Amino acid sequence: MISNSELVKKYFRYNKKFPHIWCPGCGIGTILGSMLRAIDDLELEKDDIAFVSGIGCTGRAPVYVDFNTLHTTHGRALPFATGLKLARPELKVIVATGDGDSTAIGGNHLIHACRRNIDITTIIFNNYIYGMTGGQYSPTTPHGDKAYTCKLGNIERPFNISALVEAAGATFVGRSTSYHTLQLKNIIKRAIQHKGFSVVEVITHCPTTYGRINRKGGAVEMLEWQKEVAVDREKAAKMSPEELEGKIVTGILLERELPEFCEQYDTIIEKAQSLDKG
Amino acid sequence: MAKRVGIEVSLAISEAVKQAKVDAVAAYPITPQTHIVEHLSELVADAELDAAFIPVESEHSAMSVCAGTAAAGARTYTATSSQGLALMNEILYIIPALRLPIVMTIANRALSGPISIWNDHSDIMGARDTGWIALFAENGQEAYDLTLQSFKIAEDHRVLLPISVNIDGFTLSHVIEPHEFLDQEEVDAFLPEYRPAVQLNPDQPVSMGMVGVPEIYAEAKKCQDEVLKNSEAVIKEVFAEFATRFGREYRVVESYRAEGAETLLLTMGSVSETAMEAIDILRDRQQRSVGLIRLRLWRPFPVAELRRAVAGCRRLAVLDRAVSFGATGGPVAEEVRSALYGIDGAPYVGSFIAGLGGRDITIDDFIALAGQVEKMAETNEIHQYKMTGVRE
Ligand SMILES: Cc1ncc(C[n+]2csc(CCOP(=O)(O)OP(=O)(O)O)c2C)c(N)n1
Ligand code: SF4
Ligand SMILES: [Mg+2]
Repeated sequence: MISNSELVKKYFRYNKKFPHIWCPGCGIGTILGSMLRAIDDLELEKDDIAFVSGIGCTGRAPVYVDFNTLHTTHGRALPFATGLKLARPELKVIVATGDGDSTAIGGNHLIHACRRNIDITTIIFNNYIYGMTGGQYSPTTPHGDKAYTCKLGNIERPFNISALVEAAGATFVGRSTSYHTLQLKNIIKRAIQHKGFSVVEVITHCPTTYGRINRKGGAVEMLEWQKEVAVDREKAAKMSPEELEGKIVTGILLERELPEFCEQYDTIIEKAQSLDKG
Repeated sequence: MAKRVGIEVSLAISEAVKQAKVDAVAAYPITPQTHIVEHLSELVADAELDAAFIPVESEHSAMSVCAGTAAAGARTYTATSSQGLALMNEILYIIPALRLPIVMTIANRALSGPISIWNDHSDIMGARDTGWIALFAENGQEAYDLTLQSFKIAEDHRVLLPISVNIDGFTLSHVIEPHEFLDQEEVDAFLPEYRPAVQLNPDQPVSMGMVGVPEIYAEAKKCQDEVLKNSEAVIKEVFAEFATRFGREYRVVESYRAEGAETLLLTMGSVSETAMEAIDILRDRQQRSVGLIRLRLWRPFPVAELRRAVAGCRRLAVLDRAVSFGATGGPVAEEVRSALYGIDGAPYVGSFIAGLGGRDITIDDFIALAGQVEKMAETNEIHQYKMTGVRE
C-alpha cells in the first residue's frame, strides 16, 4: 500500500494549500486518506476524477487534493455534481459532504440523486453536528444528545442516513467509521466501481464541538467508541435486536443493479434521433 | 439607571431580542451570525425568554417558518448572513407583501465566489429590492438600540413591514464593546405588546397569500411602496421617542463635522467610525474642510434628508462595500446620484468601492479618498465607479 509520504506527494496540494484548517484529532483527514488509498488501489488517473463538495469542515476536502475539484455552496454539491456528470459522463465523480450539508440544507438533493441512480459516489462524513459553524445540532444528532442549539438535549429524532438513502433508491450503500480505515478504503473502492448512485456513510468524530459538549472525551476516546459500537454486517445478521441496540452496523449494506441515469439519458437521445429519422 | 456592560455585540443583540419578549425565533446557523442565535437558544433553554425557538434545516425554511409565526400573530425574530440571506430571497419578497413585521439581524458578509466569510455589504445589496426596511448600525450600542426600536417601527400599524438591522460581520458581531442596557421596565414602557392588525385565527378566519390577477397586482404593489415610503416618518417618530426616553439620538441620515464642509465622505456601517477618525485628522491637523455623512436608513432611501445633508458641499465621495457589476456606480452611489440629479448646485459625486470580502479600510484610506475626490472634481472626471485598494 502506498506510504503516507508518497500519498501526500502524489495527491495533495501540499505545497500550495497546507496547512489545512482541520482541528488536531479531527476524523475528516483520516477519511480523506482512506478515499485516496482507494483511488490509488484502483489506479485511477487523477485527471479522470472530479471531486465535488458543499460547505463545511468536510466541504474543505477538495481544496487540498489534486483532482478536478469543485467547492460549491452549502447543500448543493449533488446538483453541481449531477450537472458535471451529465456533461462529462466519462469522469469519476466523487462528492464529499457533511451530515448537515447532505441531510439538512441539501436533504432534498440527496434523495433525488438516489432516486435517479446517477453514477456518482457520495461520501457522507457524519459527525452528528454542524462542525464548521461551531456545533449546532444537525439532522443526525442523536436524540437526547447536546449541541449549542440544544443544550438540554435534542428533542428531534435523527435520520439513519444509510436507511434513508436505501429507501430513496441508492443502488449501493456502505457504512464505516473513521476508526476502521481499511474497511472504509475497501468500501469506497467498491462504491467507486459501482455503476449507479453509491453512498458511503462514515461515522466520524468531531472532538471540537460534538465531542466537547457531549463529554465524549478527545479524539482517542471517540475513536475507541467507534471501535466498540461498530459491528460488521455479517456478524450483525446473527445478532438479536436487543444485542444490536446502540450498535452501528458497518460494511456494504446494499448493492443492487438498476438502470443508471446517464445511460438511460443516452438511450432517450438515441430514441429521439431514430424517431426524427423515422 | 442604565448599566454599562462590556459584552460581545452579538450577545447584546440577543439581549435586545430577549427584552423585546419575542414569541418566536427561527434560524439556521451561518458565520458570523451564529453567536446571536446560539445565545437566544440558551436564553430560551434557561427560561429567560419564553419563546418558540425553531432551528430549521436551511434559511429558506427559517424565513418560511418566520412567515408562519408572524402570520399567526407572534412577534418574530431571525438572523442570518451572506449565503443564508441569498437563500432566503424567495421568501424575503413575501414578507412585506403579507405585511408581516419580522425583525432580522443581518451580520453582513461577502457572497461567494470566491468563497468568503468576511465582511462587506454584498448580501444586503442583493436583498435591496425585496421591500424590507433596512437600517445600518455602526457599533454595538447602535445594534442593541436599533434592534429594540425596529420592533416598534415594524409593528406600528402605519408600517407593518419587516426590518433588517445590518451589522458588519466580525467587525461588529464578534467584538466586545461597552453597551448600556435598558431595564426591562424601560423596554416594556417603550415597546408595548404586539397587536397584529390581522392574524391567522380560527375564530376570525382571514386569507393570506392571495393571487394578484393583472387587475389588482399593480395596485397591491403601489400600496406596498407607499407604506414603505411612509415608514420614514414613523421611523423618525420612534427615533425621537427613544431619544426623549433614553437620551440616545438617532437620525435616518447622520453626519459628523459636516457643517460647512466643502468635501463630504459618505459611508454606511461600522467603517463610519474609522472615517470619523480620518475627519478629525483632516479637520484638526490639516485644516481641510471635510466632513462625513453616514446613512443609517438604506430603505426606504431618505431622499429629502440626504439632499439636506449634502446641500452646500462641492464634492461627495461615496464609499460602497459591494459591487453592482457593470452598473453606473456602486449601489449606494447610484442612489445618491439619482437623489441629487437635477438639483441646483448639486455636488460632484465620486463612487468608490472598497472593503470587499474583509479587506481593511484604514484611516489613511479615507484621507486619500478625500484627496482623490477633490482632484476628480477639479476636472469633473466622468466615471462610473472606482475600485480602490485593488492590486492590478
Ligand atoms: C446557505 C448557507 N447557510 C448556512 C451556511 C453556514 N454553514 C457553513 S457549514 C455549515 C454546517 C456544516 O455542517 P456539516 O454539513 O455537517 O459539515 P461539517 O462542518 O460538520 O463537516 C453551515 C450551517 C452556509 N455556508 N450557507
Ligand atoms: S470543528 Fe470538528 S469537524 Fe470541524 S475540523 Fe474541527 S474537529 Fe473536525
Ligand atoms: Mg457535520
